[in-house]
Amino acid sequence: MPVKVSMKVNGKPVSAEVEERTLLVTFIRENLRLTGTHVGCDTAQCGACTVHMNGRAIKSCSIVAMQAEGADILTIEGVAKADGTLHPMQAAFKEHHGLQCGFCTPGMVMNALDFARSHPSPTEQEVRESLEGNLCRCTGYHNIVKSIIAGAKAMGGKP
Amino acid sequence: MTASLIGARVLRKEDYRFLTGAGQYTDDVALPHQTYAAFVRSPHAHAVLKKINIEKAKKAKGVIAVYVGADLANAKVNGLPCGWLITDVKGQPMKEPPYPALAQGKVRHVGERVAVVIAETQEQARDAAELVKVDYQELPAVVDTKSAASSKPIHDIAPDNICYVWGLGEKAKVDEAFKGAAHVTKLDFVNNRLIPNAIEPRAANAVYSRADESYTLYVASQNPHVERLLMTAFVLGLPESKVRVVAPDVGGGFGSKIYLYPEDVVVTWAAKQLNRAVKWTAERSESFLSDAHGRDHVTTAELALDKDGKFLALRVRTTANMGAYLSTFASCIPTILYATLLAGQYTTPLIYCEVTAVFTNTAPVDAYRGAGRPEATYVVERLVETAAREMKIDPAEIRRRNFIRQFPYQTPVALQYDTGNYEATLAAALELSDQKNFDKRKAESLRRGKLRGLGYACYIEACGIAPSNVAGSLGARAGLFEAGEIRVHPTGTVTVFTGSHAHGQGHETTFAQVVADRLGLAMEQVEIVHGDTSKVLFGMGTYGSRSIAVGGTAIVKALDKIVAKGKKIAAHLMEAAEADIEYDKGVFKVAGTDKKKAFGEVAFAAYVPHNYPLDKLEPGLNENAFYDPTNFTFPAGSYVCEVEVDRDTGATEVVAFTAVDDFGRIINPMIVEGQVHGGLTQGIGQALTEGCKYDAEGQLSTGSFGDYCIPRATDVPSFKLDTRETPCTHNPLGVKGCGEAGAIGAPAAVMNAITDALGVKDVAMPATANTVWKHLREKSHARV
Repeated sequence: MPVKVSMKVNGKPVSAEVEERTLLVTFIRENLRLTGTHVGCDTAQCGACTVHMNGRAIKSCSIVAMQAEGADILTIEGVAKADGTLHPMQAAFKEHHGLQCGFCTPGMVMNALDFARSHPSPTEQEVRESLEGNLCRCTGYHNIVKSIIAGAKAMGGKP
Repeated sequence: MTASLIGARVLRKEDYRFLTGAGQYTDDVALPHQTYAAFVRSPHAHAVLKKINIEKAKKAKGVIAVYVGADLANAKVNGLPCGWLITDVKGQPMKEPPYPALAQGKVRHVGERVAVVIAETQEQARDAAELVKVDYQELPAVVDTKSAASSKPIHDIAPDNICYVWGLGEKAKVDEAFKGAAHVTKLDFVNNRLIPNAIEPRAANAVYSRADESYTLYVASQNPHVERLLMTAFVLGLPESKVRVVAPDVGGGFGSKIYLYPEDVVVTWAAKQLNRAVKWTAERSESFLSDAHGRDHVTTAELALDKDGKFLALRVRTTANMGAYLSTFASCIPTILYATLLAGQYTTPLIYCEVTAVFTNTAPVDAYRGAGRPEATYVVERLVETAAREMKIDPAEIRRRNFIRQFPYQTPVALQYDTGNYEATLAAALELSDQKNFDKRKAESLRRGKLRGLGYACYIEACGIAPSNVAGSLGARAGLFEAGEIRVHPTGTVTVFTGSHAHGQGHETTFAQVVADRLGLAMEQVEIVHGDTSKVLFGMGTYGSRSIAVGGTAIVKALDKIVAKGKKIAAHLMEAAEADIEYDKGVFKVAGTDKKKAFGEVAFAAYVPHNYPLDKLEPGLNENAFYDPTNFTFPAGSYVCEVEVDRDTGATEVVAFTAVDDFGRIINPMIVEGQVHGGLTQGIGQALTEGCKYDAEGQLSTGSFGDYCIPRATDVPSFKLDTRETPCTHNPLGVKGCGEAGAIGAPAAVMNAITDALGVKDVAMPATANTVWKHLREKSHARV
């Protein structure tokens, strides 16, 4: 049975008819064609699909679109300023070479944004623990950790 | 532009699109009116396919077609070829069983494709795939590498399950040297089977055009031209001109995306049958089951030494698992890329290696980051460290006594090293790791109930594969050159087309640095294009750390032609002799005068040839080059690992890791460091956390990220890195390649550290807490 879902994504109201079982990530990628949010594992382990729902980082492969009815969703496409200027966390990833193939990157950034709000000056260990739910196969995490520490400082506890 | 871009820490051009969600990976490609494919996969490791009933699936909602192996056979679609022919010790060719894209008659590993269902939506395709009913007659599964050769046959043409028995070196002389040795160190070990797990799952999306009878395949591939060559010439019997392969942004490869896979063949073939685009994207469980795996060696290795610890001879016997079918480069990994590296950094004069490659009812095994060289390094460096301990010689000192110091150096296993300085990297690694204070740290660890261990690994690798004639004489069925094209536009901007492919390596930045530096242009004026057979003239792709050494050199060769032609044009424009024209930082000058023309002016003249030597010179400024290397490159380095083992639980932590590498000239140190970090982490993963396991029935027990543990951020430390530089002698950039080093050197360093901490001769990889704890218990270290 198709159902209608409505929510706000990156500040814009959107709605579509989807199947009840349609995952939020499928809705974002296929219905909205926002393909920056990736699917790496289907089992909520890799974190490539991380988006924000009502300000909190969630894995969009682990809820169905209906569960986001009325929610405020932020994806990687909505993080930079309207003029294209990178958010300080994105800029930190670039500055510190915190990405290689780029596939896990949107999830890493979305997770880091949530983490940094409550950790304006994190230690290396705190950052590593915050990445428990995000896998990267390219960087060995070394530069992701550096990026998040720098990004969090630049954010100063603000979104 | 004054400062050189070579060696500069230039931020990456590709990052903006990845950081803003604008990357275009294969699954992001949506073709008009596309359909979706789902594969029915065998739940059995070995079985006869008695009957496949597709009727229910065909009638399911949204289903457009269902195909089985017989459909491909009837359409004369051939099986997948192997790209490297190994000749065995008796001079006979290896056994090459058919590798059909969809199973025919039998299935030979869990996850093998039995049928494909194509439907209007992905959900419909997956739902209908569950309605395909297959009657299997189960057969006993052959899973164990060691006993495969004495098990029932998997393929008719290989009655003993042996693909080949291959040897390198002079066995009789090696055996003789062992008789006279003062000391022999022997180790039996398994190089554990790994599953690559790039975070982007494989994907393919193919479309057929009736207008010009051509196909376009978007695919997550490390080498689109080779994929096209194999698919057209060997499998589908099509002219290459009718197939375009595009590998857009690719989310990591590590070897697993080098190969032609059955899914790519099926969607391409089906696109024509249906006259619609057919898209398939792997679920992670499909990646675990059907991506080519890596390693899986069982080895006995012996090192003969004289009384002073000089290496006299090395004797290695390895059984290598090929899996159920020969993947694209499977056969050359445990032979050409393994045995040839067994000299390591040492003057060992006599080496013999014998490799038995076996078929089993498991997924195909092929190159995974390092490909043969991690296995070789593991053999050499575990033996060397163990020999040092047995002979009570400092492990660093025993290495020094045996280092190669004269170059070029001809090893007894075919390779000739052009240059290196192993003493320099070792000395730097000892210094950077503060090795002299290790004992203090060890005592401090012990006070916290932790056993601290120190391990070294001095690796060498052969990269920049390869001189095509050498590769050909060793069985390669393809050339291994690289192609590059420089297209200078009328306004003086440049598009560079390279046959190398980037899937994380940052070529759009590194290659642009080379071009911008050579031509004296700004980075913004140089655009790198790769990954599309309709744009790039040819390519052999990216693997074996070959991109900068081979692909980069092809670009330099093309640049030289651009400058040479530019000089001719400039000479005409300035009414000077061509011999008097110099090119420097974007400006053509007449030597000894103040006459000059900017690069852009010359480019403009080439495309608007009003004042131009048309009688002698073609207009335009566009050059290409093919570069075939004269030798491999030989990156090398020294790694020092420190671990802490918890005496109660066996949990092992890498607490410090130092890597000093010699990659020759470095174009972008930031990118090189990133490559090393990633490689080290995969190497630490092999040593500590990653191990692919099949049970006795051939079921994959490690089929998700919950069961197969790729390192998480808390599993690795921050790394201490440095480099030493001996430029490669046979390419103009002096570069060697850096992509695999970390994965090659790290496992031996970690395991040397763990065995040191535990005071045992060997520990199996992966050294999980459980494995280590068992050793602790045996040694009565554990307080239980």
